[in-house]
Amino acid sequence: MSGFDFDVIQRSWVYLFREGMTFTLTLTALAMAGGIVFGTLLAMMRLSSMKPVAMLAGVYVNLMRSIPLVLVIFWFFFLVPYIGAWLIGASEPIKVGAFWSAAITFTLFEAAYYCEIMRAGIQSIPRGQVWSGYALGLDYWQTMARIVLPQAFRNMLPVLLTQTIILFQDTSLVYVISATDFLGAAAKVANRDYRLVEMYSFVAVVYFIVSYGLSTFVRRLQERIAIVR
Amino acid sequence: MNYNWNWGILLEMEPGGTGSYLQYLLIGLLWTLATALAAWVIALSIGALVGTIRTTPLKWAVRLGNLYVEIFRNVPLIVQMFLWFFVVPELLPQALGDWIKQMPPPWGSYVPAVLCLGIFTSVRVAEQVRAGINSLPRGQRMAGIATGLTEAQAYRYVILPQCFRIILPPLTSEFMNIIKNSSVALTIGLLELTGRARSMQEFSFRVFEAFTAATVIYLLTNLIVVLAMRALEEKVRVPGLISAGGAPQAGH
Repeated sequence: MSGFDFDVIQRSWVYLFREGMTFTLTLTALAMAGGIVFGTLLAMMRLSSMKPVAMLAGVYVNLMRSIPLVLVIFWFFFLVPYIGAWLIGASEPIKVGAFWSAAITFTLFEAAYYCEIMRAGIQSIPRGQVWSGYALGLDYWQTMARIVLPQAFRNMLPVLLTQTIILFQDTSLVYVISATDFLGAAAKVANRDYRLVEMYSFVAVVYFIVSYGLSTFVRRLQERIAIVR
Repeated sequence: MNYNWNWGILLEMEPGGTGSYLQYLLIGLLWTLATALAAWVIALSIGALVGTIRTTPLKWAVRLGNLYVEIFRNVPLIVQMFLWFFVVPELLPQALGDWIKQMPPPWGSYVPAVLCLGIFTSVRVAEQVRAGINSLPRGQRMAGIATGLTEAQAYRYVILPQCFRIILPPLTSEFMNIIKNSSVALTIGLLELTGRARSMQEFSFRVFEAFTAATVIYLLTNLIVVLAMRALEEKVRVPGLISAGGAPQAGH
């Protein structure tokens, strides 16, 4: 090994953060927002008293949770153009960029995991809360939106955030469809300048700092918002 | 959706000439399982050790265990894969590094993949083991000491045997995770199941047949693991304990 070359990091860090980290963070934020919304809907479906609805959601969640994320990324990378064409009635598969393909993939994939967290959150609410909602004359959606879900979110906030940290780390897998996320950008520089050791070590350190910082924050939050029973 | 399915492709010869595409994928499954099982051995042994250490009263050992867990939990799996594959051989002494780099395929990818997955998963196992030990009543350890066992013997004969029976369900899901996570090894060139589905798609241009076949194989594998583990769980369940589903956890 011909000495650790810090220069390559100095030359490329602006590119790494401006291109790569922006991609990674935007993707994480979109997938988190979409995943939590869709995941909550899935959780409500799974807990529904209508059997077919509950089963449909159950099949979806179990399917997503049984196959590797890499395979899901490949699936949607090829499937989204066909679905897009079908939606707008085009005869040829449409072109979808790596970013939107990844955003759709992660939203749909993470929703399965957020769903299981939200389901546990909803189930942790005492039944009396729901009955008192109905007794006050609220309908199902009002009871959910005003009584059950706010409490479920509060109870599950630390787990939801921990899942988001995992999501942040997992977005690096878009490397397999050659997207320029933080890792992808670093890999491009690494291969161009033949500085793999420096670039990959740098990437590991940055991911570590961000994830460790976030998980420390989650731990603090958990202590603060824990409901004393 | 206008896509012309052609399931016959699975029985056609793959370009390497080793057999049909279906056989090609099934050999991929064997590599997936070989990677997952070898990594699982590493994950269980290190995980049990680190998890146990983190429950002892030794302050410095607990700190060291925490450091280990934080390092390998906060770096993405694919980045760790690259570290094991590209970076570690460069940091080792020249001769050893060269020997690793010159390992014939697929061993050149298999060995780093197993080490990476094993250590990545050991952190999660360590968390489960620690949680399992902490969930036992304090009286168990005290009773062990009171009957004349040493601290180490109390762990060996009283605490750990109960702990492992309690944490079997979360360990099952970790084992399924390791099977799924082994697909990340395709990024360092290991042709496991997902990697082979991807190359089948490249060779034959049959995108959805390849991925559907891989998906079905993963689902069947999962089903078998779940059924086998459920039977095992039934057998080793601690009588008298409510078989707890456990607290909800984030994870993949």
